[in-house]
Formats: sequence, structure tokens, C-alpha cells
Amino acid sequence: MPDTDRDDRPSPEALLAEANRERRGRLKIFLGAAPGVGKTFAMLEAAHDQRREKTDVVVGIVETHGRRDTEALLDGLEALPRRQVDYRGRQFAEMDVDAILRRRPGLVLVDELAHTNIPGSRHVKRFQDVEEILEAGIDVLSTLNIQHLESLNDVVERITGIRVRETVPDSVLQDADEIELIDLPPRTLIKRLREGKVYVPDQAMLAMERFFSPGTLTALREMALRAAAERVDAQMVTYMRAHAIQGPWPTRERILVCIGDGKAVFRLVRTARRAAERRQAPWIAVHVETHRHATLPEEAKTRISDALRLAEQLGAETHVIPGDKVAAELLAFARERNISQIIAGRARPGRWLPSLHASVTAELLARADSFDVTVVSGEDDAEPAPASLGVRPRGFGWVGKWTGYAMAAVATGAATGLSYGLSLFMELPNISLVYLMTVLLVAIRYGLGPSIAASIACALTYNFFFTEPLFTLDISDTQNILTVAFFLLTAFIASNLAARVGSQVEATRLSARRTANLYGFSRKIAAAANQDDVLWAVVHHVAATIHGRSLVLLPEAPVPGLDMGPDGGQLMIRAGYPPEDRLDDKARAAAEWAWSHAEPAGRGSTTLPTSPWLFLPLQTGRGPVGVLGVQIEGRDRPLSPEDSRLLGTLADQAAVAIERTNLVSDIENARLATETERLRSALLSSLSHDLRTPLASILGAASSLISYEGSLNAADRLDLTQTIQDEAERLNRFVQNLLDMTRLGSGKLKPRTDWVDLRDVIGSAVERAAKLLRRRQVRVEIDPALPLLRLDAMLMEQVIFNLIDNACKYSPAGTPVTVWTALRHGHAVVEVCDQGPGIPAEDRERVFDMFYRVEEGDSRAAGTGLGLAICRGIVEAHGGRIAAQPGLNGAGTCIVIRLPVADADQPEAPPIETVE
Amino acid sequence: MLKILVIDDEPQIRKFLRISLTATGYKVVEAETGAQGADAAKAESPDLVILDLGLPDIDGQEVITLIREHSQVPIIVLSVRADETDKVEALDRGADDYVVKPFGIGELMARVRAASRQRSAAASDPDRLRIGGLTIDLTRRLAVRDGVEQRLSPKEHALLSLFVHNRDKILTHAQILREVWGPAHAHDTAYLRVYVNQLRQKLESDSGRPVLIVTEPGVGYRLRTGEER
Repeated sequence: MPDTDRDDRPSPEALLAEANRERRGRLKIFLGAAPGVGKTFAMLEAAHDQRREKTDVVVGIVETHGRRDTEALLDGLEALPRRQVDYRGRQFAEMDVDAILRRRPGLVLVDELAHTNIPGSRHVKRFQDVEEILEAGIDVLSTLNIQHLESLNDVVERITGIRVRETVPDSVLQDADEIELIDLPPRTLIKRLREGKVYVPDQAMLAMERFFSPGTLTALREMALRAAAERVDAQMVTYMRAHAIQGPWPTRERILVCIGDGKAVFRLVRTARRAAERRQAPWIAVHVETHRHATLPEEAKTRISDALRLAEQLGAETHVIPGDKVAAELLAFARERNISQIIAGRARPGRWLPSLHASVTAELLARADSFDVTVVSGEDDAEPAPASLGVRPRGFGWVGKWTGYAMAAVATGAATGLSYGLSLFMELPNISLVYLMTVLLVAIRYGLGPSIAASIACALTYNFFFTEPLFTLDISDTQNILTVAFFLLTAFIASNLAARVGSQVEATRLSARRTANLYGFSRKIAAAANQDDVLWAVVHHVAATIHGRSLVLLPEAPVPGLDMGPDGGQLMIRAGYPPEDRLDDKARAAAEWAWSHAEPAGRGSTTLPTSPWLFLPLQTGRGPVGVLGVQIEGRDRPLSPEDSRLLGTLADQAAVAIERTNLVSDIENARLATETERLRSALLSSLSHDLRTPLASILGAASSLISYEGSLNAADRLDLTQTIQDEAERLNRFVQNLLDMTRLGSGKLKPRTDWVDLRDVIGSAVERAAKLLRRRQVRVEIDPALPLLRLDAMLMEQVIFNLIDNACKYSPAGTPVTVWTALRHGHAVVEVCDQGPGIPAEDRERVFDMFYRVEEGDSRAAGTGLGLAICRGIVEAHGGRIAAQPGLNGAGTCIVIRLPVADADQPEAPPIETVE
Repeated sequence: MLKILVIDDEPQIRKFLRISLTATGYKVVEAETGAQGADAAKAESPDLVILDLGLPDIDGQEVITLIREHSQVPIIVLSVRADETDKVEALDRGADDYVVKPFGIGELMARVRAASRQRSAAASDPDRLRIGGLTIDLTRRLAVRDGVEQRLSPKEHALLSLFVHNRDKILTHAQILREVWGPAHAHDTAYLRVYVNQLRQKLESDSGRPVLIVTEPGVGYRLRTGEER
């Protein structure tokens, strides 16, 4: 391990821890050895001191237990109202966390840190409430008795004989910013108790006798003093590290604790925790999962997962390693992780065949040459798991066991029947093989226990039915005694082997199923194209995996490219299997909690366990993306470790997949934004050019007229005035186009059609364009067969005018412009052709787009970029089509308009008068 | 009589420019396209060029480069684009000044006069400048304001020299940085702001409202010697 502590620089972790402390509220704990030492009193006095220093002090919850002097101290402190909770018909007053967070005082008093909240509260424990208050940056004063400390739990029980159910993790005390030890010599305390100054609940009166004995109190006092001293020690080390003070640091040790299925495993975990604490060392809890795991009783499996969870709560890193050679796996892991000390429990003495149950501990001791191995005594007292783990598993699993034994009996009976039939034809010794086969079958199918039962039953029935004397359990022939004895031995060994094979097969099948499950899942979500498909695949798969219901909640309307963080939008149900569209308040609160704290919440967790759903945060390296909710039908216990690990893996994969779809839509949004931005800047550049060019001429000409009024001759003056007029008209046309376009774009342009002669329309357009033409020749050729058309004459004139205007702009001066009409295939066709450079084939469709010009930018003839777009809008509003084509012989451009002649549902067009 | 070349594709703009410039006493040569303009700049050797950036054949920016290949004639750019990057590019390519369309004829005339004055003043006495109570003599590394001598650091002196040699001309940030600090610092405009401020403290009578070293927003600075505008 690199010895960074040798550096003179402060260690980064230490500084980071300090920095984190800056933002959080500060926690001060008044620590006492027993009730009645005066913690609450001291806390209130400290609060008054703070108040005098102008701190905003508020009482969150303080229990005075009717003590006068304590109550007197509450005067002058603002107390927040408690939250009334209804539980099983009784009213309870709990601290109102939300009221505190809303009130945002500088300092809040919270008595009895170890208190367990009434079910239905947000957190199981009060220290979790305090955690949340600290997180909000509010300072907290609180009180704690030493016996409530998790790691001391079993020691306290040994000393006092009382099991304390309300515990707080050691980390709470460890992370407290300040600890004040409230110390009282045992004799004084006992005196206080006699004087009735110590509050003791009635039901605990008996136990108190033992609790308040001088011996117990002295022991507790010593523990409290030591806890405080260790704290001071740890603080000093932290300080020295943060300030880069050279010193003899405790060497960085690492402790590994081996988690087995023994009943003493919780004691083992707590011992490891204390050892780690004393040495200021990180510790790791490891369980090696062998093939036997599948056949363990449910009780043992739960114990293992509870022990791992307890270790995690006490600050350990936990691992489950698959493998069959427990000691070897543990040692390999220890070597890999640089472990200095291994802590293991003492093995139970083997009940049967001790050699087959070769103790893991013994093997560890024999082989762990480079580690210290500490063996902890394994009293088989029924030590329960920590209370915080919630509901205990109900006894099931035995049903399966009993079936096994019943089947063993049935099989024995069947074997006897078969043997009896066979014995009519065969020699006796061979009959035992039938029984052996039966034992093997039972072993493979039902495991070790039933197969041993079957072996014994078979031996007895064999003896009863087939050895002389028949129908007694006596054996007269020594040969038969041997036969029965060897039969029993063979059956034992065979059933042991067969059972092991069976459980190995089971374990392999389980792991294969897990792998197949994950593989199937990743294939499903990889194939999903959009977010809805991914979400559907996730909820469907999760529901099928846990045999329950599942939900995915995502924050509302994710903003592309913006890190929403936990404060982002409201969580919404985005998918559910079976479909679900609402959550009750408890579930919603748990979901919000899981989202904002990135920790599991709801049923089976320690936060809001009354929620019917368990919510897991979906997170990736970039942060949280949503929440996965699961509900297991008809089961009232935490998920098995296998399921919860599998669920965790599924949640991780789901999170990555959801993020992938988020990223895809981010990219799509970014692309759209770029496109919109491009259009916007094209529009701006066009507007800027088209409005400013005529304005420049007008302003320039007008200012010239004013500045040089005296020195200009009449011709120049006229010229300038003419410029002003021409350019003002040009500006007007552009504004007209813009208005038309706006109306077209908003769908407000409705042609007011009437029967119109196209000749009139073209004639007036040419006349209007005359001024632009300047000695340009316009040839108009009209097909005499052209009937009257239903058109809006004004709009169609604008179309023809725009086309002539365009033709003039984009062709050399002096070349002619042709307007040509014909009747073709029931359509009136109008073509406006010029002899300019023409439009490249790839641009012929796009010239009709708004603000598109063949030559980008403003370095081209003054066009509006709107003319053709307007033409298309108008022509299409008439049900016609417009297209750009190359002119005759591929030279120049022809804009071709096709207009429908008479629609069937329209009244017959009046005949054109053929008179000239 | 000064000869001015007008390069613009808009006949109306050419028309009023021709009329006004002629009325002021300049001789006007016109060109309709960029190519014609570049040729005319060579063939006619004008005393000043007025160039529109939006031309039908080649980009006006390109025309600046073409003209600068053989001539240092002052170029005033006309642009409808209010976009700073266009102005900066034109100036970096060697244009002397710009006017944004639409503009009054008075504004253009002021720029024309400034450009021609800069040329003549810089030609007659490139290292000396006297404006109101301020005297600058670069050869003696001297700046005197209202009779008080101002001490200039070497960098301030280098910066001031650049301004004096290019009096009345807009200098872009990049041009100044390249000249004074070297090509590696062409984007460190923070340096520039600091030194310009220091120069203003020493040379301007009210450094809060500078009238000598004026800011051209988004483009650069100009040392103004002539009339207010």
C-alpha cells in the first residue's frame, strides 16, 4: 500500500471530509453512560448559551419526563409542535422533521437519538431524521446513552442482561462533530435514582434493579469514557492528517471478517467492527457462497444476508465470493486486498463425521501464514439480528423438507414391495441393491436429510422383511449383519455424494438461470429502439424476474444537455407491469426519497418501510436517471440476497439503457436546434440585406440631397429623387411579400376564387412589372383554347409578377423573358422562362423553400428569397403545382405552373366568348 | 483632386455616391463587380476605395486581399452586415475603415476625410502628434499632457507607437496583440484592455470618457485625431 501519509501535504481524503463537514449542519451529542446522568439538562443549558449568542434555537423534541428543573430550562426556547401519528388506534407525538426543515432554524434540539419512530414515519429511526436535518445545513444537539451504540450492543447485553433494541450505528457517533460526555459517578447516580430523579418506565422497573447496580454502572461508565476517548483520538488523527503533521500514524490495517451461516455470526460482525474501530482500520465482510448454499435452510440464508447487511451498516465493505473451497477463497481474497487480520468464528463441533465437515477456521489457521487470524468464540445462543432489519422471515421451507421425508418413506415402501415381488425369483443378497437404488434416487431428488432417513428406513425394512428370522428386527446370520452394516455405510456415503451432486446441479442451474436472465435482459433492451420500448422491456423483465410488479419512474420532461440533478422535475410513472398509473402517498414519498438521495427506499429498506413498494435508484456514472419500483406479491420480507443482487444488476443495466435513449434524444434535439438556428440566421441575414439595401439607397440619396443641395444640378437632383422613389417601392414589395408569406405560413391566406381569364391576369402582371423591365422584352404567348379558370385573380397576378421579377433579376439585361400558356391533359399550364444561367438540378426543388437562394449569402442580385416560396404557397392553395425546369435546349430557367381546369364538383365554367 | 473608386453592385447606391462625391470635389470611378473593381484598383490607381462587401461575383473580403496584393490604398468597406466578425475580418485583411448600411452621406464623407488625412499626416510626420494639450513624440519616447510629462512603460510605448502610426485607423484586437505582444498572444484581449486602460489614464483628460483612444465595440480601438462624430 502506498504510504501517502508520509507526505507533508494534507491527505486529500482528510481535507475532503473536512470540506463536507463545512456544508452540513454540525452534530453535537451529549453522551451518557445511563439514563439520569443529566444529558437532557446539559443539552438545554448548552442551548441557552447558544441562544444568548444570538443563535436561532428551536426545540425539535425534548422529553423532560416530568423533571422540574429540566422543564424550567425549556422556558424561553421556541418549541416546534409535534406531529401526531395515529398507530393502531393510539396517538403518538413524533418529531416533525418537515416542520423543522421549513422553519430552518440555526440549531435544533433533538432528544434521544436512538429513538425508534412509530411505523408510518418517514424513517425507521430518529437518527435518520437527524441525518436529514444535518444534510439541510441545520445544526443539531442530541443525547445518547452508551448502551444504544450498535457495536456495543452485545457487550451491554452480557453486562446488564438487557437486550437493547433501539440502536444507532457507530458511524453516527463517529461522524458527530462534537461529543460531550456527561459523567456521573455510579454512587451519585444510584442516589438520584432512589430520590426518584431518574425516569424509568414502569415495565422496565424489574430490569432496572440489575441495571442500576454499581457494577453495571461502572462498566457502562467505562465504556462511555472509552468511546469518548476513542473519539478524541480519532479527531486528533483527522486533525493531524488534515494539517499535515508528521506523526507515527497507526499502520493502515485491513480487517477481514468471514461470514458463515452460524448463529454467532452477528457477534462475529460486531467484534470485527470493534477491532476495526480500535485500529482505525477499514474492514471487509466476506461470505463464500458454495454449492451448499442452495440447500441451506431459509433461516441460514437469511442470517447470512442479515449479517452482511449489519456489517454494511456498521461501516464494512461487503463481498460475496462464489467458490467451493472456502478457506482457499478467503485467503486469496485476503491476499488480493492486502488484509492484515482475519477474524473468523469458532466452528461448531461436527455432529456427524467431523472429518467431512473439515472446519474452515481450522484450515484458515493452518494455511494463513501471512495473516493474523483471530478466532471468536461461537456461543450458540440465539442472538437475533439487529432490529432495524425489519420483519423476520416466517418459517417456511419446512414444507419442502417434510415432503422430502414423506417421499423417503413412500420410496422405502415401494422398494419393499418391489423387492418382495423380486424375492420370489431371486437370491436374497441382490435385493439390497434395490434399496440402494431407492436411497440414491431420494438423495438426488430430496437432498441429504431425506436420503439418510431413507437409508435407515431401508436398512430396517430390509432387515425386517428379508433377513432370517423374517418379520423381526433380529438378525441371526452373521453374514446378514455384515450385509446390513455395509448396506448402511454404502447408503450413507452414496447419499452424501448424490446429495452433493444434486445441490451442485441446483446451484449451477440457479446461476445459469441468472446468467440467462441477464443475457436475455441485455438483449431485450439493446434491441429496444426508443425510450418507451426500453422502459417496457425493463418493467416486463423485472416483474417476471421477481414474480411481482414493477414500475419505472422518470423525472418529468428531461431538459436536453442539462443536468437535472436530484432537484429536477417531478417524478412520473413512465411504465409499469402490470400497468399502473398511480401511487399512494407513502409510495410516492419513498420514490421521491430514493430519487433525491440515490438510495433504496420503501418496503424492505430502512427508509419509509411502510410503503407498499420498494424503490431503487437507477443511476449511471453521470448521475441518477430515474427510479425502479418493485413489489413482490404475497411476500412480506426483504428480498433474498440473490434476488436483490440480481435486481441491482438489472437496475444498473436499465439505467444505462435509459440513459442511452436520453442521450439519443439529446443528440436529436441538439441537431434540431442547430437546424433551427441555421434557418434563423439565414432569415436574419436575408431580412437584414433585403431591408437595408433599399434603405441604404434611400437614406444615402436623401442625405446627399440635403448635404449638397446647393452644388447639385437639376438632373442629379432628379436622379436622386427617382432613386428614393424606386427604392421605396422595392421596399414596399418586400414588405408585401413578407406579409403574404406570414399569411401563407399561418394558413390565413384563402384564395377567393372566381371565374377568371388567365389572359387578364398575365396582362396586368406584365404591366405592373413594366417599370422593373427597363427595355427588357416580355413575350406573352397564350393558348386560345384556354378556358376560364377558378382563381383568385389578385393572388395569381402576384405569382406571375414574382416570376417575371425573378426572371429579370436572374438573367442578363437585354435577354427576353417569355410567358407562355397552354392547355395540356386537362391542366392549364403557365411557363415563365428566362435565358439566364439556369438553376442546378439539385437546387430546383429547394429554390421554393423560404429564404433559399442558389447563391448563399447576400452576394447576389437583390432578391427577397421569398418570391418563389410565396408562388408555391399560392399555387398550391389553388390545388395546382409549381416546378422549376431548365429552359429550351437546356438554357435558362422555366418555372412551370399547372393549374386544374374544372373540377367535377364545381359548377360548369361559362363558355368563353369566341368573338375577338 | 482625389480619385475614389466605388465598387458596388447596387446601381442606386453607386448613383448617389457618384453624385455626392462629385459634388464634394472628388473624381469617381465606378465598378459593378468584384473582378472589375480589383482591375480598376490596379489600372486607375485610385487614392481611396469604397467597397461593398456583398458583390455578385466574388466576396468583398476577397477583393480586399486582391487589392492589398499590390496597393496600400485606403479602403473603406460598406456592409449591410452589422456582424462584428465581418468587420473584423475585413479590417484584418487590410481594410482601413467600415461604414454599416444604411448610412447618411455625412458619415461616409467623414470617414473618407479621415482616411485621406491619416495618409497625409502619417506621411508628413509619422512619429509626432499634437492634439489639444497632448504632445506625443515617439522618437524622444515622450508624451506630455497639459505640460506634465507622462512616463510610459516599454509595452505602453509600443502600443502607443502602433496607435500613432495608424492614427484615425481602426486597429482590431488581433492586429494590436500580434504587433505588440507577438503572434502567440493574438487572442489574449485581457492584456490589451489592461494596457489600453493604463494609456488612457496617462493620456486622456478624463479616462472614464475617452476621446483619444476610442473603443470600437466588438472590433478594436482607434486613435482619433480629427473631428468628433
